[in-house]
Amino acid sequence: MNAVTVENITKRYGDTVALNGVSFEVGTGELFGIIGPDGAGKTSLFRIIATLILADSGTANILGFDVVQDYKELRKRIGYMPGRFSLYQDLTVEENLSFFASVFGTTPEENYHLVEGIYKFLEPFKKRRAGKLSGGMKQKLALCCALIHKPDILYLDEPTTGVDPVSRKEFWEMLKQLQQEGITIIVSTPYMDEANLCDRIALIKEGRFMQIDTPQRIREGYSAPLWVVQTDRMHRLLGDVRAFGGVEYGYAFGEAHHFIAGEGFDPEGLKTYLRGLGHGNIVLHRGEATIEDCYMLLAKQ
Amino acid sequence: MGEEIVIHAEELTKTFGTFTAVDHISFDVRQGEVFGFLGANGAGKTTAMRMLCGLSKPTSGIGTVAGYDIVRQSEKIKRNIGYMSQKFSLYEDLRVWENIRLYAGIYGMRDREIADKTDALLERLHFTRERNTMVRSLPLGWKQKLAFSVSIFHDPAIVFLDEPTGGVDPYTRRQFWEMIYEAADRGITVFVTTHYMDEAEYCDRVSIMVDGCIEVLDTPRNLKERFEARSMDEVFHSLARKAKRTE
Amino acid sequence: MTQFGAFIKKEFFHILRDKRTVLIVLVMPVVMIILFGFALSTEVRNVDIAILAPDPDRMIEQIADRLDASEYFTVKRWLNTPAEIDQAMKAGDVQMVIAFGQHFSGNLLTPDGSQMQLIVDASDSNMAQSYASYAGGIISEFSRELAAAGEERGIETQVQFLYNPQMKSAYNFVPGIMGLIMMLICAMMTSISIVREKEMGTMEVLLVSPVRPIYIVVSKMVPYFVLSCINLITILLLSVFVLQVPVAGSLAAFGLVSLIYIITNLSLGLLISTMAQQQVIALMFSGLLLMVPAIVLSGMVFPVESMPPVLQAISCAVPPRWYIAAVRKLMIQGLPLIYAWKETVILIAMAVVLIAASLKLLNNRLE
Repeated sequence: MNAVTVENITKRYGDTVALNGVSFEVGTGELFGIIGPDGAGKTSLFRIIATLILADSGTANILGFDVVQDYKELRKRIGYMPGRFSLYQDLTVEENLSFFASVFGTTPEENYHLVEGIYKFLEPFKKRRAGKLSGGMKQKLALCCALIHKPDILYLDEPTTGVDPVSRKEFWEMLKQLQQEGITIIVSTPYMDEANLCDRIALIKEGRFMQIDTPQRIREGYSAPLWVVQTDRMHRLLGDVRAFGGVEYGYAFGEAHHFIAGEGFDPEGLKTYLRGLGHGNIVLHRGEATIEDCYMLLAKQ
Repeated sequence: MGEEIVIHAEELTKTFGTFTAVDHISFDVRQGEVFGFLGANGAGKTTAMRMLCGLSKPTSGIGTVAGYDIVRQSEKIKRNIGYMSQKFSLYEDLRVWENIRLYAGIYGMRDREIADKTDALLERLHFTRERNTMVRSLPLGWKQKLAFSVSIFHDPAIVFLDEPTGGVDPYTRRQFWEMIYEAADRGITVFVTTHYMDEAEYCDRVSIMVDGCIEVLDTPRNLKERFEARSMDEVFHSLARKAKRTE
Repeated sequence: MTQFGAFIKKEFFHILRDKRTVLIVLVMPVVMIILFGFALSTEVRNVDIAILAPDPDRMIEQIADRLDASEYFTVKRWLNTPAEIDQAMKAGDVQMVIAFGQHFSGNLLTPDGSQMQLIVDASDSNMAQSYASYAGGIISEFSRELAAAGEERGIETQVQFLYNPQMKSAYNFVPGIMGLIMMLICAMMTSISIVREKEMGTMEVLLVSPVRPIYIVVSKMVPYFVLSCINLITILLLSVFVLQVPVAGSLAAFGLVSLIYIITNLSLGLLISTMAQQQVIALMFSGLLLMVPAIVLSGMVFPVESMPPVLQAISCAVPPRWYIAAVRKLMIQGLPLIYAWKETVILIAMAVVLIAASLKLLNNRLE
């Protein structure tokens, strides 16, 4: 059975179209990622499926409940972590947790096993005010609070934005554990490396889902000829590669540059050309697309 | 990249009560360099950056920025640097050109010069059509690009960027970095913090802070060799795992 | 109920941890009472006066002593000729001269009576009037005592002061301050604190939970209700013991009307918070739409009766107007509750309307 069935959701704010006919399904226990830039409509989508705002048209059914009619029943079963840090900064870690537990009519002890793995990081600071925690710690506390009532479905709106790589990794390890508990998770992120950790992802742009599939199939579906190039003068390289005939689209990619070759692209010709421009240690080979490459291609279109 | 040293920090330390946020850090940044200042949340990056910008006094140690002492000449420093952070960048309720006008005015630029440079800037950013748009209604990525352009509008010696690309999508982030390179090519030194490790690769040199100390400082290539890592992400993880403090 | 309890506990944490706000809320009434009570007082105290007595005798001396002994006046000079009056006034030595006619004591027994003149420096006309009436009051009391003793027919004065025999300005402003402070704390603080949750994003999390929005809002009112009660007691104690304004009527009636007024204001705060999305807006709302009318139109500063009809009509919608009127009746005049029934009913009606309106506007979604 599907945990989430969304059909043709549209949401407008004045002239701006936040969501433009979005449809998707999420299976029970699935870890579903929504990948896209700021302003693509992710937050509006979360708010609609969290019963916080109403869509202009379309339907959303979560856990068998309609988001408009059955919102009261649904709210008992949803865990939601909004994009901004939304806990009480002037309450301590402990107080926040027990407050949110009472909101759902439970106690921190009742579902402690669910948050234990996360809360152990916070335990030493339980008397500290939430506002004084570091970014990574705040996110962990927010996750604990969203989980404390043992929700059937968890919505996380950009939980790792502004969080350092180590905390991000820990955070995703926790999500994987929660998935083992049978909780369906919908998470949005601007980090492409995190997309690979999801069961399925949706690439969203300007209020539309451009692609929905497993990360692997999305990568495999990348049909453009992708090349990787590296030399000892990386700054200049990008401009030089772009200027070369037969290179259609070039962009920096960590320590190397990626580019998509057009028709009649001649690898040896590029090497010679680069050497002529004074580049040394030239490494040029075909590359395998990552999710980020897929995103770059979609973003360009 | 020039040989001239524009940022010099020597044993810079900042303590808050018994807590040492920044612990005797020393480093130099050369003119025109893109310097990545990395570290986990709470490692002390923001505190260090504040001291360099003349916003907070060090408990001990010496620092000069653009040739001025960070303790005694902080006002001069502020005239010669640009600053942009993810949190505060532009006034949302002002139009694009009004924001530019405001910041240029703060740095005492003349009207004529402002008008000419504004046109050139909007042209370069392909923003000419957005001249009269309220900043509020621009997408985040555009705001960040505009904020960066505004922060270097007065041609500062150094620009400090505090997580400039947080939450921005990969496509816009790349456009942003191309702007950083352009600035560096014009001789502006770029001092940048980021949580994206692919961006660390784009820096000329990076330092990684752990628990208030600068643990390593080198080019991304040398660091990867030293840690036998394939990416900066791995370097960062192997270092940050050692962190004792979580705050 | 544990859910509701948790909310209230949380609210108390918020307030108690914001030390500055608690301090302001608790100290504000004290400061206001002291400010109005002493600095801004229109009371007469130790005013320098001179006595002109062409034929000084025992009775004139007695009157002069009586004036001097009062806390209002200090007899600074004795004058012999009317010419000296002008001199003393111009020099600024005295603010008032009490001029006795010739053969003052002797003429008291004649049918024409004796003459006495109060010559007051009227550059501040309000104060001048007060000086004159105070002095008149003292002299007429003296004359009543004489008459009672059967010595003379007495000196007659027309001025009479009802309810506030000493013309204490405190009688005027204590109800006003009560009306104002209760409004500030209940309406302003409640609305700001609810809107803060919207701004911080915590409202978003709470709305996604099964908790009913009305709980969130009502739990906000409880701590401010408690704070207002503390303030009520503080003001009462201060006015009774520091300003010596006693509760002339029934304390219970006064308390009841005050509680109703507090609830009216809490509902007002609730209504504001349902409409405002930002703290600044809530502050503007309560600042401009509540504070200014509360000061200007409530009768605290300017009497409602002397306002133009339009303003009088508007003032009917201002809760403190009714509260202040009720407190004047119950606390100062000492009338039983039945005399303030109109004010009480109006306050209750306002509360009902405000609560109904906010319940209608209170959204269980974000927009």
